[in-house]
Amino acid sequence: MTAASPPEVLRAPLVVEFPFTRSLGPVQSAFLTGLREGTVLGVRTSDGKVMVPPVEYDPVTAEEIRELVEVAATGTVTTWAWNEHPRRQQPLDTPFAWVLVRLDGSDTALLHALDAPGPDAVRTGMRVRVRWAAERTGAITDIACFEPCDDGPADGGPTPHDGAFADSVTGIVAEARLDYVYSPGRAQTAYINALSERRTVGERCPSCHKVYVPPRGACPTCGVATTDRVEVGPAGTVTTYCIVNIKAKNLDIEVPYVYAHIALDGADLALHGRIGGIPYDQVRMGLRVEPVWTEGGRYPDHYRPTGEPDADYDAYKELI
Amino acid sequence: MARHAREVAVVAFAQSDHLRRTDELSEVEMVMPVLHEVLAATGLKAGEIGFTCSGSSDYLAGRAFSFTMTLDGVGAWPPISESHVEMDGAWALYEAWVKIQTGEADTALVYSYGKSSPGSVRDVLTRQLDPYYVAPLWPDAVALAALQAQALIDTGETDEAALAAVGARSRDAAVANPHAQLRGPVPQGDYQVRPLRTGDCPPVGDGVAAVVLAAGDLARRLCERPAWITGIDHRIEAHSLGLRDLTDSPSTRLAAEHAGVFEAPVDTAELHAPFSSQEIVLRKALGLADDVAVNPSGGALAANPMMAAGLIRIGEAAARIHRGASRRAVAHATSGPCLQQNLVAVLEGDAR
Repeated sequence: MTAASPPEVLRAPLVVEFPFTRSLGPVQSAFLTGLREGTVLGVRTSDGKVMVPPVEYDPVTAEEIRELVEVAATGTVTTWAWNEHPRRQQPLDTPFAWVLVRLDGSDTALLHALDAPGPDAVRTGMRVRVRWAAERTGAITDIACFEPCDDGPADGGPTPHDGAFADSVTGIVAEARLDYVYSPGRAQTAYINALSERRTVGERCPSCHKVYVPPRGACPTCGVATTDRVEVGPAGTVTTYCIVNIKAKNLDIEVPYVYAHIALDGADLALHGRIGGIPYDQVRMGLRVEPVWTEGGRYPDHYRPTGEPDADYDAYKELI
Repeated sequence: MARHAREVAVVAFAQSDHLRRTDELSEVEMVMPVLHEVLAATGLKAGEIGFTCSGSSDYLAGRAFSFTMTLDGVGAWPPISESHVEMDGAWALYEAWVKIQTGEADTALVYSYGKSSPGSVRDVLTRQLDPYYVAPLWPDAVALAALQAQALIDTGETDEAALAAVGARSRDAAVANPHAQLRGPVPQGDYQVRPLRTGDCPPVGDGVAAVVLAAGDLARRLCERPAWITGIDHRIEAHSLGLRDLTDSPSTRLAAEHAGVFEAPVDTAELHAPFSSQEIVLRKALGLADDVAVNPSGGALAANPMMAAGLIRIGEAAARIHRGASRRAVAHATSGPCLQQNLVAVLEGDAR
């Protein structure tokens, strides 16, 4: 047993990508399909206000609203903010203004980007018009951005629109990617570093004296930091297991195989791993196993029988 | 106090130092010392707490169910009565307060934390926006706050110099707060998204806060001068920025009315205003008099650990009552773009 030494902090990139597929309701579908066709639609509330972008329920009364109208592709900036350093995935990669634009015929404002030469060219109240994207798919990005224009407010008000288009868009895929640099913290860093030397370390709770592996830095029973590092294993006992019959994508393991809880010698918590080197239907509770490392592997590839006699039930029953 | 079934007070508050990075600590390693400190202040052991509620966000960690890891830090086995909100801890406190009002618990441990350093919080926060019309444009949190700031400037309610003064005052106040991330003079800096400069924006950092609530006479036993929550309420506005008047915060005002803020003067206001311009909006919504001490802790412009900064406002207000520096305080927490959701609590000390 050794006292935990100051950690050498591990870091690794962690990328989270999620393409959510989202359904559109009738109003959102009409709006986004309209953008694809170069038509901007709004919705009229029961008190006569026109909302662009449109929503399906009145934000004040919660009343269902479905009365679509067409508004102009020109409008007035109601507020703005100059973005000198565009971030990845934003609409323009040159400096631009974020704007809220009230399109002619609408009573609410739409958030988008304004392409302008600099902050001195932008002011609240300025006139702007939609610049359409070259390729349009039925998404808010079908508006590439807004651009300044000299036209006065469009004549007439919003005109009724039935919202019907050929081949209307009924869903969008909302792509997102977020980049992180993950650090696992003191306890897990020690665990991972030990694994690189083909050793398994846990941490002992100073209060209840249980040894947790992998250690997470805290005893979930006592709620205190686990700090005394303890080497466990390498052999252990199968405390319970299951037989996996479903082949996982990109996993080069023949089914059926056994996935087990394994209490490494000296540990008070079972970790889990695959059992190999024995037919799947001969794995049993109490089976003694040891880790098998593959060349360059950063954790045991699987566990195989040691050939020892099975452990007594009483020796592991608290660890199941 | 007759407005609620039970008297409930904040009896202890603790927070971590708020730091730009905490790479050497996992979430539970970061949270645990604060949990120990807040429990030690009451003499309660983890097993004696009636209800535990936490607030955090998986999007900060980039991992699903990340809160289950920190639950180890409260001693969750054998089973405890526990809940979690994917929100600021102020809303976890609200849930705990409701739990105590129902009589199902007499004490509660509320904690929350945010470790923003692994990711880019400006970009991460875009994922809370409307996924159809707004999120595909990736407008970051500073950009949206800047739109609000320009709207305020257009009305003549503030200007860039007044905004700078808010940031400077906050960081001056934070000199007395050993936990704050930014203390003392900080250059106003360049425009981040105009009209907001670096000094108008909150620092990005990692941090933890924890509060213990207790009911009635138990609160009096655990704390010499309990900070009674005499009113608490939270309200929300339309998600779409284009539907809202960004220069006002009607949801804050409504929550404040229901929490009883306007029934008597307050001497302290802890406002969760991550951007200088938002303090202007909140002062107006709450009708704060000039002699009210606003963010004597330094506020979110000095330390803004995501998901904890709102709970810290309640904790800081309570701590002022605990030490006799305040008699009646208002605490506010916000969430969402441009003050979309707002929680307001009134905290009072016994007259003496």
